[in-house]
Amino acid sequence: MVEFTLPKNSRVTTGKTWPKPVGAKTVTEFRIYRWDPDDGRNPRIDTYFVDRDDCGPMVLDAIIWIKNKIDPTLTFRRSCREGICGSCSMNIDGTNTLACTKGMDEIGGVIKIYPLPHMPVVKDLVPDLTRFYTHHASIEPWLKTVTPAPEKEWRQTPEDRSKLDGLYECILCACCSTSCPSYWWNTERYLGPAALLQAYRWLIDSRDEATGERLDYIEDTFRLYRCHTILNCSKACPKGLNPAKAISEIKNMMIHRVF
Amino acid sequence: MASNVASIGGRAYPITDHTFDVVIVGAGGAGLRATVGCSQAGLRTACITKVFPTRSHTVAAQGGVAASLGNMGADNWKWHMYDTVKGSDWLGDQDAIEYLCRNAPAAVYELEHWGVPFSRTDDGRIYQRPFGGMTTDFGRGPPAQRTCAAADRTGHAMLHTLYGQAVKNSTEFFIEYFAIDLIMNSEGRCVGVVCIKMDDGTIHRFRSALTILATGGYGRAYFSATSAHTCTGDGGGMVLRAGLPLQDMEFVQFHPTGIYGAGCLITEGARGEGGYLTNSNGERFMERYAPSVKDLAPRDMVSRAMTMEIREGRGVGKNKDHIFLHLEHLEPKMLHERLPGISESAKIFAGVDVTKDPIPVLPTVHYNMGGIQTNYHGEVVTKAADGSDAVVPGLMALGEAACVSVHGANRLGSNSLIDLVVFGRAAGLRAAELVKPGEKQAELPADSANLALSRLDRYRYAKGGASTAQLRLNMQKVMQNHCAVYRTGPTLAEGSRLIHEVWASRDDVAVTDRSLIWNSDLIETLEFDNLIVQAVVTMDGAANRTESRGAHAREDFSGRDDAKWMKHTLASVDDQKRTVAIDYRPVHSYTMTTEVAYIEPKARVY
Repeated sequence: MVEFTLPKNSRVTTGKTWPKPVGAKTVTEFRIYRWDPDDGRNPRIDTYFVDRDDCGPMVLDAIIWIKNKIDPTLTFRRSCREGICGSCSMNIDGTNTLACTKGMDEIGGVIKIYPLPHMPVVKDLVPDLTRFYTHHASIEPWLKTVTPAPEKEWRQTPEDRSKLDGLYECILCACCSTSCPSYWWNTERYLGPAALLQAYRWLIDSRDEATGERLDYIEDTFRLYRCHTILNCSKACPKGLNPAKAISEIKNMMIHRVF
Repeated sequence: MASNVASIGGRAYPITDHTFDVVIVGAGGAGLRATVGCSQAGLRTACITKVFPTRSHTVAAQGGVAASLGNMGADNWKWHMYDTVKGSDWLGDQDAIEYLCRNAPAAVYELEHWGVPFSRTDDGRIYQRPFGGMTTDFGRGPPAQRTCAAADRTGHAMLHTLYGQAVKNSTEFFIEYFAIDLIMNSEGRCVGVVCIKMDDGTIHRFRSALTILATGGYGRAYFSATSAHTCTGDGGGMVLRAGLPLQDMEFVQFHPTGIYGAGCLITEGARGEGGYLTNSNGERFMERYAPSVKDLAPRDMVSRAMTMEIREGRGVGKNKDHIFLHLEHLEPKMLHERLPGISESAKIFAGVDVTKDPIPVLPTVHYNMGGIQTNYHGEVVTKAADGSDAVVPGLMALGEAACVSVHGANRLGSNSLIDLVVFGRAAGLRAAELVKPGEKQAELPADSANLALSRLDRYRYAKGGASTAQLRLNMQKVMQNHCAVYRTGPTLAEGSRLIHEVWASRDDVAVTDRSLIWNSDLIETLEFDNLIVQAVVTMDGAANRTESRGAHAREDFSGRDDAKWMKHTLASVDDQKRTVAIDYRPVHSYTMTTEVAYIEPKARVY
């Protein structure tokens, strides 16, 4: 059914401007998306001023500073603060990235923060990633073998192991998938760059013996072929991985597949 | 699932009830390994976690997982056991250490079979690197290469693989559920746990034959920690409130190489691969402190050496308040292959290109040796009236949350990841013996949710004068200033007074966010409540222990005193009266089997 109006709560309004910290010499202005599911109102953009001399250098340091000193209701996910857990992914200065590894100095002027785009918002900067996780689980992210397991480790040459580099490091932050227009339009059926990167991680693992089964699952107009090589994914990845390349490798495997 | 309504403070809290054979709280390495084991045993298993599983702090472990595979030279689990006992400064229980080291190789092969992308040797075996305190031939031989590594992202590789296994075994996850309190019945059995579902604020009561706490450490009790923001020791808080003691809480490990300022971890594997520390004279000072193993001394010794260098005016930097870690002499190709993660972290958090310049580092709170007392099956034990160990029925604890005790007074690097999977597996095996799948469980006590809900309600409407962030900062500063690498009686006494003041000021907390949907202000307050009780027992335990052992270094009692202190501290609290009680239990002076003899205490020199 065609929708002619914007969905509920999509129009963003101007919110509160919080007072500047008293006596601060270097101040950075933040405009942050806020949405409180309890009050039934539309989302708003709140303006905060961060005292840079009282705060660490990263965007995460700044939003924690705001939560601790100005507004404890500001809501976001965070954990490791060193770019390995993938919790604090959000849209900063127009790009999906991790707040903990994004330096404020990398951004000129006002710093604008929104939740990851095109995901349902739970509250403020917290998106609902349930479907993203379901896609990841659907590629069956575990080693599959038919040969009986050896007493010790499976042998793998350093060359074969190096094929996993650039793939296994994914932290499931969802920056790539939620930057992909094709994923936005086909979230229900397109697996998206993060899940496909992981699919390739298992396809290319020399120990894995389920290549055919894995390719069968992915070979689908939507699951795989909704990738239109837009490459937003590779541009967004805060870990410097290249999901678009992994997807093209999968397409290559499909072409060369022998039945 | 059933529903029920509790009335607390005149407000109605609807409760959703669940029943499982086993409930595991926490989805880090230990929680996930136990989850997989319990699921495979046919037990109906729930895994409750406050963060999505791959966000758990196991993900941040870098250097590796210790097991005597012998891929890089001769090795033997008995050598690993000797090193672990010596590393623990003889406070570790040797029956548990034997269990750990014997079962370590099988646990690593299992991880490999599940898909962990370990780095490889030329002949395709798992690559192993040297790590602090790991030696050969009962300390007489050269350093061992025992630490199995996936570059410097071993924890990440393990956690993602374990998550995959949990998915494969159709685990019922309850993600972004925060566990508030245990449910204990009148006989002292744990019969479940009460949680809040963070995305809608509903209360969930889990009834279970067995509850397993795998909630991690409480590093965030300190101001500067490598630990994640979520490392708030929630299991330890719950256990203290349930009236059970925590063991050896005064032993807090400072990792020698946290990045100066940011506190982010630089793996000990950096020194394992040939990195070294220097002071402002450019001197490799570890040669003076640990002549044989130098930069690969255990963490407590390296952290003390660094602190001493800084104190004596040989720190580097403008304020002479940190130390340099050098990697620039190492092959760039090797750095790229084996230490890519920390090369990236050094760039981001210190602005350093490791191929050109040294990394500024400082000892930073990293790991809690202390925790919930368990036996090597993972069962929580407490001291019976006659002084013997008594199992607390229905309750287990694992990983950093637990104190088995295999790490004693000081954990060796890479022994934590192996602890997670060996005891995670052990818990699954024990659960299969203890619990019959689908067995009928007794009705919960009528007031089973009251402790949890009264705390939740009190904090949700707390209108005091100090924000949670302010109280947390007060606590963190007291711990950092009064209970650090070196400790002395007067500082600890002052620290104890101050930390008890913070505990008292908890009544004056102010929570601003009143909503029930993703109320992180409220969750942080519950986390603070878990942290503060553990901070208190840490400080009081440290003030009480008048000797130096492992990570607990007293300047006024500089020697180890086996006659008086070869014993574990058991600290419990009365959270209402805000008092601490300290008791003891003996260190196990026996091994698990007759295949290996008890290792007698001797001087700990490297």
